[in-house]
Amino acid sequence: MKKVQFKSSYSQYLFLAPQLGILLIFLYWPIIQTFRDAFTMQDAFGFGTQFVWFDNFLFIFDDPAYFIAFKFTIIYSFVITLITGSIGLLLAVQANNVMHGKSTYKTLLIWPYAIAPAVVGVMANYFFSERFGLLYHLFNNLWGFNWYESVFDSYIYVIIAGSWKQISANFIFFLAGLQAIQKSVIEASMIDCKNSFRRFWTITFPLLMPTTFFLIIINITYAFFDTFGIIDTTTIGAPSGETRTLVYKAYMDGFRGLDLGSAGAQSIMMMLIVLVITIFQFRYIEGKIHYN
Amino acid sequence: MTRFITSSFSHLILLIGILIMVIPVWMIFASSTHTSSMINMNGLQMFLGDSFYENYLRVLLYKGGFFKEITALKMFFNSFIMATGVAILSVITSLMAAYALVYYRIKYATLLFWIIFITILVPLELRIFPTYSVMAELNLVNSYFGLIVPISASAIATLFFRQFYKTIPDELLESAKLDGANTWRFFVDFLIPLSKTMIVAMLIFMFVFGYNQYLWPLLVTTSEQYWTVVMGLKMMSGSIVHRFAFVMMSMVPPILIIIVLQKHFIKGVFQDK
Repeated sequence: MKKVQFKSSYSQYLFLAPQLGILLIFLYWPIIQTFRDAFTMQDAFGFGTQFVWFDNFLFIFDDPAYFIAFKFTIIYSFVITLITGSIGLLLAVQANNVMHGKSTYKTLLIWPYAIAPAVVGVMANYFFSERFGLLYHLFNNLWGFNWYESVFDSYIYVIIAGSWKQISANFIFFLAGLQAIQKSVIEASMIDCKNSFRRFWTITFPLLMPTTFFLIIINITYAFFDTFGIIDTTTIGAPSGETRTLVYKAYMDGFRGLDLGSAGAQSIMMMLIVLVITIFQFRYIEGKIHYN
Repeated sequence: MTRFITSSFSHLILLIGILIMVIPVWMIFASSTHTSSMINMNGLQMFLGDSFYENYLRVLLYKGGFFKEITALKMFFNSFIMATGVAILSVITSLMAAYALVYYRIKYATLLFWIIFITILVPLELRIFPTYSVMAELNLVNSYFGLIVPISASAIATLFFRQFYKTIPDELLESAKLDGANTWRFFVDFLIPLSKTMIVAMLIFMFVFGYNQYLWPLLVTTSEQYWTVVMGLKMMSGSIVHRFAFVMMSMVPPILIIIVLQKHFIKGVFQDK
């Protein structure tokens, strides 16, 4: 906090009012409704609602489809984080290495960040279409790829579609992280350790830890929420619900199935997951890494 | 010599990375300049054809059978309004809120801080139906207001501005006070000019964020007059080359903004020199 501050009885609230107002009406009010939905059930004819305690939650735990979506979401976030993180890091290290053309490389690798996930999905669709999709035919020749029927193949489809643009974000943040490391540290390490590969893993990478953990959270959030547009324009859950993320399933149950109670309960479960990940990050990871 | 080898290796890896990014987009673009029968017979194309103007003009201007009630041009207009609205609204409200949080002694400051920042954990996707019913109750379905405001209910920019204000030395306010600046003057004449880079970066970030929205416009616009580009991709019908052309055009605005304003964006987000 600042040592010198303004003291006033009302003007601070004038500055806070616009954002607080929007948050209260368009964020807190819906969240309260989410809780109301989650603990109530509409009767079959839509005449009224009834308070049902945790019934909606019990229903989703009884639903095998929920666990399929849960499993897929976990696998999907893990694989996307791993792939985009390592490719992004590899490219950032190379871009940081070169003497010439650093900013050109930056420009040529940054732009996919700006493309909407739904647009990426529509594009991926063309490369995985049975009729003229290049990747479809390439993989089909290799091992009989068929994402309409094989769960594994549909995973590959949505993982490629989901990873492609996210490499950019990882690249940008890793490059910024690398550039923030002081030259003197690197120069000192060059004297102590001649092997550049070992130098990277013992000196540079530990110094990148804050960036890495930030990106893990960014990538998990991306895989959880932003991939909706990708799933909805690629597999739509094919073969039979195995490639639905939790967000996608909640949306389908609420929109197609008109089951707002279940959608609300699923939303609250997801809020809990996000909360756990955040607390985990603050408690266990933030405390253990060094910021230089 | 080793220096030369390692740097050639770096260039090679970077080149492969760039090709992975560029080739898919290039192929869709090249294919979008051919005729549908060509694509249906020979698949995606690597080289340009000669139907560029024909395909793109048709997608932009044709309405009726193709888009039923709306042209792609109108969708671009809608997307532009939505993205600009989201950028301006969220940046202004965040600037102000961060100002109050940093430069005022507020009662229950910690509570207010959490009320604002916990919202980052609850993205729109988690409260999509209740948000829709709030919009329906307020009669805001099918309006620009309805497209813009719920997306702007985000505290991410507030977090960035707050961090930035905290790095500004206390002496600035002291000297401003000596000069007789009141709170509003200090905010407008000192703080906003100082935050320019940050403001531009957040405007770009929120513009792209708003432009790329898919699920929310899908839900909140039942009238085609309010369709945006990104959601229109799923809705549109038409022959394959027209779809390609539409996909290509849909990615141009955000990519252009990121490339042109790249320096400001990176400078603001990473606060580097």
